[in-house]
Amino acid sequence: MTRREKYDAAQRRRSLVIAASSTALVILALIILVPMAPGWEKVQSSFFNRAVLAKSFPKLLDAFLVNVMIFAWSAPLIGLLGLLIALARDAKSPALFPLRLFGAAFTDIFRGVPVILTVYLIGFGIPGLGLPRPWNSPYIWGSLALILTYSAYVAEIFRSGIDSVHHSQRAAALSLGLSERQVMRDVVLPQAVRNVVPSQMNMLIALQKDVSLLSFIGPVEIFRQAGVFKSLLANFTPYVGAALIFLAVTIPATRYADYLMAKQKRERR
Amino acid sequence: MAKLALRGVVKRFGEATVCDGIDLDVDAGQMVCLIGASGAGKSTLLRCINLLEPIEDGEIFLDGEDISVPGLDPHPVRARIGMVFQNFNLFPHMTAIENAMLAPRRVHSKTRVDVRGEIESLFTRFGLADRMQNYPDQLSGGQQQRVAIVRALAMRPDVMLFDEITSALDPQLVGEVLDVLLALKAEGMTMLLATHEMGFAREAADKVCFLKDGNVIEEGPPSQIFDAPQHPETQRFLARSK
Amino acid sequence: MIESLPKRILTMLKFVPITCALAFMSTSAFAAGHCAAGKTLTDGKFTVATGNPAYYPWVLDDAPESGQGFEAAVAYAVAEEMGIAAADVVWVRSSFDEAIQPGAKNFDVNMQQYSITAERDQVVDFSAPYYTAPMAVLVGPGAVDTAPTMAAIKDLKWGAVGTTTAVPKLYSVIQPGSDPLLYGDTADVSAAISANQIDAALFDLPTALFLSAVMIEGSKVIGQFSADSSENPDQFGMLMEEGSVLKACIDDALAALTESGALAAIEAQWLQDSTGVPLIK
Ligand SMILES: Nc1ncnc2c1ncn2[C@@H]1O[C@H](COP(=O)(O)OP(=O)(O)OP(=O)(O)O)[C@@H](O)[C@H]1O
Ligand SMILES: [Mg+2]
Repeated sequence: MTRREKYDAAQRRRSLVIAASSTALVILALIILVPMAPGWEKVQSSFFNRAVLAKSFPKLLDAFLVNVMIFAWSAPLIGLLGLLIALARDAKSPALFPLRLFGAAFTDIFRGVPVILTVYLIGFGIPGLGLPRPWNSPYIWGSLALILTYSAYVAEIFRSGIDSVHHSQRAAALSLGLSERQVMRDVVLPQAVRNVVPSQMNMLIALQKDVSLLSFIGPVEIFRQAGVFKSLLANFTPYVGAALIFLAVTIPATRYADYLMAKQKRERR
Repeated sequence: MAKLALRGVVKRFGEATVCDGIDLDVDAGQMVCLIGASGAGKSTLLRCINLLEPIEDGEIFLDGEDISVPGLDPHPVRARIGMVFQNFNLFPHMTAIENAMLAPRRVHSKTRVDVRGEIESLFTRFGLADRMQNYPDQLSGGQQQRVAIVRALAMRPDVMLFDEITSALDPQLVGEVLDVLLALKAEGMTMLLATHEMGFAREAADKVCFLKDGNVIEEGPPSQIFDAPQHPETQRFLARSK
Repeated sequence: MIESLPKRILTMLKFVPITCALAFMSTSAFAAGHCAAGKTLTDGKFTVATGNPAYYPWVLDDAPESGQGFEAAVAYAVAEEMGIAAADVVWVRSSFDEAIQPGAKNFDVNMQQYSITAERDQVVDFSAPYYTAPMAVLVGPGAVDTAPTMAAIKDLKWGAVGTTTAVPKLYSVIQPGSDPLLYGDTADVSAAISANQIDAALFDLPTALFLSAVMIEGSKVIGQFSADSSENPDQFGMLMEEGSVLKACIDDALAALTESGALAAIEAQWLQDSTGVPLIK
């Protein structure tokens, strides 16, 4: 070891010790101080009630499958529609002007309205027009509301991805004789999509949570199931259980998105 | 008849006139070098020839055919003109050989099987046989630029345009790329280069054009331009770039 | 929807409200020595929480101060029984979550058709029941011909308000053939019936009658479950903070009102006679 290496190693050990001990101190303080608060016992029994958790957890997990299901069919459609909207907004030919206009209006409207309103309006409104079963299902129209809202955001991310591909790539592809469409499909899009994977991961995480908004129009997903338990047992612990289940999915996903983001940053350098 | 002929080409960016009525002939099999200070309009001129920029006035002829007619479909024309850029501009998401196969497959509707043999032999010729499956970021600058040349050649172009293709390279890598140009010249490729490599231009060019403020100030064989420049601007430019 | 219910629809109701029969006579705040003295949230006042909004027929026009509507009338009757002047009854709004969250409450009692259950009773206190609610089946226009039998209603597409005791009843008693859909409040259930997303919903009978008469065109209450025969009859109680010192006074007041027949009179005045709705077999 050189002098410098020894010094660096000592510095690393020192900061590790400081970080560990300060973290331990904070946690210890929380564990000791919070239960000393006068209302702690009541809070504990209504938010962190072991018996209630044990009773509700299996059903919460079952209900979470509904979330997973809605997520699973919405996400690919969001990707597809988002991409189409992004392409529509970047359409150059004048014949496609209406498409561009539509794309702009679409993103403005669906990014401007709170998701829950869209879920209500589409989830109850369109079936109210008199569609026969099963075509009036809240699963269909609720999912559509999510798809429309999220593809508006996803489209904007795709557009930023398309913009992030250096124009010299377009020039190089055009100089080979490729048509605008071929340039987009073979050269620009593959790079654009790769550039925005981390941002789109964050959209997926947000979507996973917003699937719960469908509970307002009927589907008994985890949030509604927790609410049913809450009112039957007069206890908020089922919400904590639902939060734990969400976290079990979203924390790894968030970490992964951050990892991708950091990796991309390194590669850009 | 010149392979490539420019007549009174004018290019403006808003108020700025970057090409101010340029006349230029490149005969079949000739290597013509464009020299001039930074901002003289060399790159812009090459981009105009490849129809990447529309021109305001004048005509560009390829094999006698006016390719600058407004409204002409530019894609088939570009397919006949190869272009290589200063920063290589390889497609980073494709391997070297996929880079080269893309345009023949898409533009000439050929299959990978159709084009693989010919393109592999191009890679082999330019010393890239063991690099075909690498991605651009796994290649050195010189290798990347040679792949870019192969990619353009894969379209069997009539004319090749090179825009300062060695400027982004470390000095020791410049030679391997210039060697490729010499090989192409020996083969009879018609080439137009924008370059700062005066030594190379003097040795290899059939004709040298000095550009300033969007005008061809002086043109002639390298011996004349480098050893006995007529125009004071040319003299000043060469004195500075020594 | 219910919030903006126009007055003229209300007049269509079969059960047109008569002027409140309550006597607002007492003038002194608390009759001296009465058990409620000093036990309320604000001394001299009786604070009652209701929903936001409060629904017909429990509270009329979302205005509990008028004493109009079943729960509003009961609140004033209980207050009077405890010797509290009508003017000293204070109304606040609360959600179910606020009612059960730990910590101090902002009401003495909370009346929102809360069913008394053993689990809830561990967290909050309930008064003696002031109403026994039969559960009733409300069906949309497409299912009005359904027979009031267990076998027939089982195959309907079911819905309910997710925060009510209708949910466990739905699962345990009816056991529907397909997964029921659950909603946040009555308005959303109405919307789902109107959109034909569900055929039937389970409510307490007064709410079901109100919805079919006013809210959902073409809907019908096809049957009710006998309140007493089902395992745990749905009884509404006033909700109080756990360990409330007021509970004994409230229970006494309710007992007196039951004894005197006053409670039955209020019920007869505000809640529709439900004997016309067949029992589900
Ligand atoms: N897209 C554009 N919009 C506006 N001005 C441009 C554009 N492209 C080039 N120019 C301008 O045109 C002039 C000529 O640029 P060009 O790149 O052709 O010069 P060059 O001779 O290739 O210089 P260099 O040796 O630095 O590459 C410059 O003044 C430049 O700023
Ligand atoms: Mg240039």
